[in-house]
Amino acid sequence: MAAVQSATHRTLNRLAITVVVVTTLIYLVPIYWITTTAFKPRSLATTVPPTLVFEPEVTAFVKLFTKRVQLQGEVDPEVYKKAPWYEKRVYDAGERIIKDADGNLELSGYPSRFLNSLIIAISSTIFAVSMGTLTAYGFSRFRMPGEQDWLFFILSTRMLPPVVVAIPMFLMYRAVGLVDTHVGLIILYTAFNLSFSVWLMKGFIDEIPVEYEEAALVDGYTRMEAFFKIVLPQAATGIAATAVFCFITAWNEYAFALMMTNRRAQTAPPYIPSQMGSGITDWTTIAAGTVLFLLPVAIFTFLLRKHLLRGVTFGAIRK
Amino acid sequence: MLSKLDPGSPAARRGLSDVSIRNLFIIPTIVFLIVFNIFPLIYSLGYSFTDFRASSSAPANFVGLQNYRDLLNDEHVWNNFAVTAKYVLVSVGGQVLVGFGVALLLNRHIPFKGFITTLLLLPMMMSMAVVGLFWDLLYSPSWGIINYALHLEDFAWLSNASVALYAIAITDIWMWSPFVMLLCLAGLSAIPKHLYEAAAIDRATRWYTFTRITLPLVTPLLLIAIIFRTMEAFKTFDLAFIMSSQETTELIAIKLYRLAFQEWQTGESCALAYMVLIMVLAITNIYVKYLNRVKER
Repeated sequence: MAAVQSATHRTLNRLAITVVVVTTLIYLVPIYWITTTAFKPRSLATTVPPTLVFEPEVTAFVKLFTKRVQLQGEVDPEVYKKAPWYEKRVYDAGERIIKDADGNLELSGYPSRFLNSLIIAISSTIFAVSMGTLTAYGFSRFRMPGEQDWLFFILSTRMLPPVVVAIPMFLMYRAVGLVDTHVGLIILYTAFNLSFSVWLMKGFIDEIPVEYEEAALVDGYTRMEAFFKIVLPQAATGIAATAVFCFITAWNEYAFALMMTNRRAQTAPPYIPSQMGSGITDWTTIAAGTVLFLLPVAIFTFLLRKHLLRGVTFGAIRK
Repeated sequence: MLSKLDPGSPAARRGLSDVSIRNLFIIPTIVFLIVFNIFPLIYSLGYSFTDFRASSSAPANFVGLQNYRDLLNDEHVWNNFAVTAKYVLVSVGGQVLVGFGVALLLNRHIPFKGFITTLLLLPMMMSMAVVGLFWDLLYSPSWGIINYALHLEDFAWLSNASVALYAIAITDIWMWSPFVMLLCLAGLSAIPKHLYEAAAIDRATRWYTFTRITLPLVTPLLLIAIIFRTMEAFKTFDLAFIMSSQETTELIAIKLYRLAFQEWQTGESCALAYMVLIMVLAITNIYVKYLNRVKER
């Protein structure tokens, strides 16, 4: 009896593993598809039936970064010969890169949007994590009247729908000239991430034994010194994980960026879809922009894998 | 309960007092959140009683509860809420089925389990706007791979008024099932093995073991996942806004955006924002209650 049961058990187990592997593969198809589209020649991006085998090329990435126009007639062979490799790629695709009077390439909107995304995400992460760590320590170590209510208040600000906050913020920003500025978005993202950072860091700091600090106090440290020299180094992993989460949230944010910026401080998420509207959609270029944008997130997800559960539950569940 | 530092110890009296350190650490954050979250909301509460339009220079006139009355009598707004409710049901329901299902499958010895789990979690870390964009490519009626894989010729997903909402929900399910899976896996792996051994000795059926051991012990974490996803689905803006502009996919957040930033009915949009806000706060309250309950165990 027992032997029979374990045999069925083993078969079921094997079946489950097969299903898991198949599910994972199906799950990854969308990501695989957008990634390969970025490396396809434009003529193969939207074929029926879909093209699976092709010679990968980086033309889409060159196009992503440059301003181009359709070629009128043939390229002068001399010009073609002298052109750098990336320009040749664009010529091969039947387009040419627009140059200014000095012969410098004109860049598309993408690099500046990517840079905006980086500046805004990094700055807001630094502010949110440093303020959040201090506040988390305060809540973790000291008695505070109405502690639970304050923590609820802090978390509730995170739950506000962006559109609800954006309406009055837009009016206030317009009054003080913060619409379409980096500072404006940095403030909004800091506010958005701050509550998350407090909750997550509180979870990490709660795990550091109070005895370490008490020992330091006995040795003559002040509370401040104990915090900076004992607690902060102990919390380093937590701070790093929190920072990566805050960065990803700010990096991915779309609604605030759509409503509060249009050009100068626009980030990549509202910019990438806006390319769809202009003329015939060149999916290879959009895919290239998407892949570059998703790459940091994919890398960070692997770095964060041990902290993901904690992150998505605001530090409440630690495994 | 967590042990806190003893404020009375002589060592703590050197340097700044504990109370001043606490205030120094906590108050800036609270002030920041009040200035940039609560103050704007008070500001918009004021506007919700006026006919203010941010696009014109005309001064705001006090109209009392008129905006609220108009919204409650507007069948379009009721329709927006109905669409949102349908979307929440379909997408959260789908996420629970897929997420819990995959978690059950994953809850055993599998080679490269950690790697597979992380791969499955990738979609949830991505930008909703960008995910919506590339699902557009997959959903394309003529050359999208979804139609190709399902042998549907020229079937319109996103431009079809009766299907578009479900198509968006499918994308949402793809993106967020891993979230449910992650929480369920945590719940499953915390179930003590001896319970299953005891059930095996009693020759309990698989179904009995599942409904009497697995399900009740995973429920707390599953509930947290459901409440959180319900709240997020209720607020959905990015995904639906990028993927479709049908009337049948106009979720309440999209309606709010249009009212505020396209029709510039600032006063009325503030009133609608308040209705949404109250609902979100109610769900947040439930969510935090459950979160604290799980934390205490």
